[in-house]
Amino acid sequence: MLLEALRTDRGGQVLLAILAVAVVVVPVLNLAVPPDSPLYLSTYTVTLLGKYLTYALLAVAVDLVWGYLGILSLGHGAFFALGGYAMGMYLMRQIGERGVYGNADLPDFMVFLNLQELPWFWHGFGQLWFALLMVGLVPGLLAFVFGYLAFRSRVTGVYLSIITQALTYALMLAFYRNEMGFGGNNGLTDFKDLMGFSLQDDRTRVALFVLSAVALAGGYVACRGIVASRLGRLMIGIRDAEGRARFLGYRVEHVKLAVFTFSAVLAGIAGALYVPQVGIINPNEFSPLNSIEIVIWVAVGGRATLYGAAAGALLVNYAKTYFTGALPEVWLFALGGLFVLVTLLLPRGIAGLLRIRRPA
Amino acid sequence: MGAQHEQWEYLNPGKTFAETLNLSHHTLLYVEGVSVSFDGFKALDALSFYIDVGELRCVIGPNGAGKTTMMDVITGKTRPDRGIVYFGQTIDLLKLDEPQIAQAGIGRKFQKPTVFEHHTVLENLELAMAGDKRVLRTLFARLTGPQRDRIEEVLGIIGLTDAARQSAGALSHGQKQWLEIGMLLMQDPLLLLVDEPVAGMTHQEMDRTAELLTSLAGRHSVVVVEHDMDFVRSIAKKVTVLHQGRVLAEGSMEQVQSDPRVVEVYLGE
Repeated sequence: MLLEALRTDRGGQVLLAILAVAVVVVPVLNLAVPPDSPLYLSTYTVTLLGKYLTYALLAVAVDLVWGYLGILSLGHGAFFALGGYAMGMYLMRQIGERGVYGNADLPDFMVFLNLQELPWFWHGFGQLWFALLMVGLVPGLLAFVFGYLAFRSRVTGVYLSIITQALTYALMLAFYRNEMGFGGNNGLTDFKDLMGFSLQDDRTRVALFVLSAVALAGGYVACRGIVASRLGRLMIGIRDAEGRARFLGYRVEHVKLAVFTFSAVLAGIAGALYVPQVGIINPNEFSPLNSIEIVIWVAVGGRATLYGAAAGALLVNYAKTYFTGALPEVWLFALGGLFVLVTLLLPRGIAGLLRIRRPA
Repeated sequence: MGAQHEQWEYLNPGKTFAETLNLSHHTLLYVEGVSVSFDGFKALDALSFYIDVGELRCVIGPNGAGKTTMMDVITGKTRPDRGIVYFGQTIDLLKLDEPQIAQAGIGRKFQKPTVFEHHTVLENLELAMAGDKRVLRTLFARLTGPQRDRIEEVLGIIGLTDAARQSAGALSHGQKQWLEIGMLLMQDPLLLLVDEPVAGMTHQEMDRTAELLTSLAGRHSVVVVEHDMDFVRSIAKKVTVLHQGRVLAEGSMEQVQSDPRVVEVYLGE
């Protein structure tokens, strides 16, 4: 069924092919090619690309709920950040005695805040398996509870978008507080190693890049499988005529809840891969603006295509890196202008330009 | 105790609605003393009527008579302030929500034709098909041979066999109405509620729709809400006239037409 879905998915084939090539070529260019060769790819670039790939996975997760189910989530940054914090907590515990205060049991910021012992919710994060479990479980659980309440009350459209913004804003304010026990406005940083591999090592960076590519490919294939199934057709049906679906005997709330939760888990995984590559997670990741930016990536790439969302995330973030380096003061205007242009001229995004019409 | 137990029987997860349904009195739908008010406006005022198994009933009445509100109550969209609504002798519809009522065997066609415009005709019928509609089952669902045959059969009934692979959004207004009726048929409903099936149709299309609906009666009970009197005359055996949320008259078309009260509020104008 999955293979069948991919056979007719040209955009997805291109995306997966690019990822497959990148997984081979990028490590070679970084590790095997000598640094003075013109073909050498710097570790900085590898990490940057890896970061883009986690954004692309996040964008695919948003496209699944927005493009196919019509839920314009302006709070997916929260799920991404929660996944990131779960990974960050593991990385903090790995520092051990190598912190500034040399305390084997407490991360630096806790010593600084005069905490005597580890808060209860930090227990278990010393183990990678537990942290990985939380990477999926915490965003998934939040999405489940939030979605249960919102979808049961039949909150839709712009109201739902607004409360997703409120959700991520509330979390940002909460995580800024030192009392929360997540490092306050400094967040979690100064990570040393992951599973014993130094995060400064080129090979670790390359491995994280490869993992990000694999996660994006896996997330993409899973989402494609969903949208190509009868459930996917039902999702589009709910997007276009919710009442019809309900009177056909479908539990619309259950569909929304299941897909929204799945999407949040994907966002959490993306966040967990993001944090070791950028080396920091702080409450700014919960900023409402971040979540809006994700939606812009998807709109630029083309919603309800999945591969368009990934392409949009890669392109917009490449542009962002370029502009914030070359012309830092123009970036926000460029982003706003891009969104206006795409909405006016390319309602189906970049993917709409390239789309091969499916036979009628 | 026994009666109480029976009333709750449909909640027993081991039993399907079809097993619970009791039609021994030959009446499929009971609506008794149903009142609905919106901000003081009485949309339905102690409305009562009954639909027999296999019956084709037309409901007419001027705008604001409560026709659509009546359908909303039966399908679980609106909760009445008072009254009872039963499906057969055993299933209390007021205790069920929209998807459960659909699963119990009531299909509803909306006033404005509502189909999934981005899907093909075939996909629309596939989504409507009776079966396990839970999330995981839907994710892994595949069409079986008999299901394909059933879709083919319904395509024939609604006359859209040639348009099967066409996108539903590209259909004409009349074809969309038929597709929606086809989607109801895929649900294998016992009762079809059809709201203004011929609005915006040509005379030819109207004739075909009349044929379609009369052919469905017998195997299904059909309730048609319609404004077009010629159309009602062409299909109706029994007509219910609503006025200000109540039943004003009920009987054959001739009886109803000669009722002076009906002439006054509706037909005479």
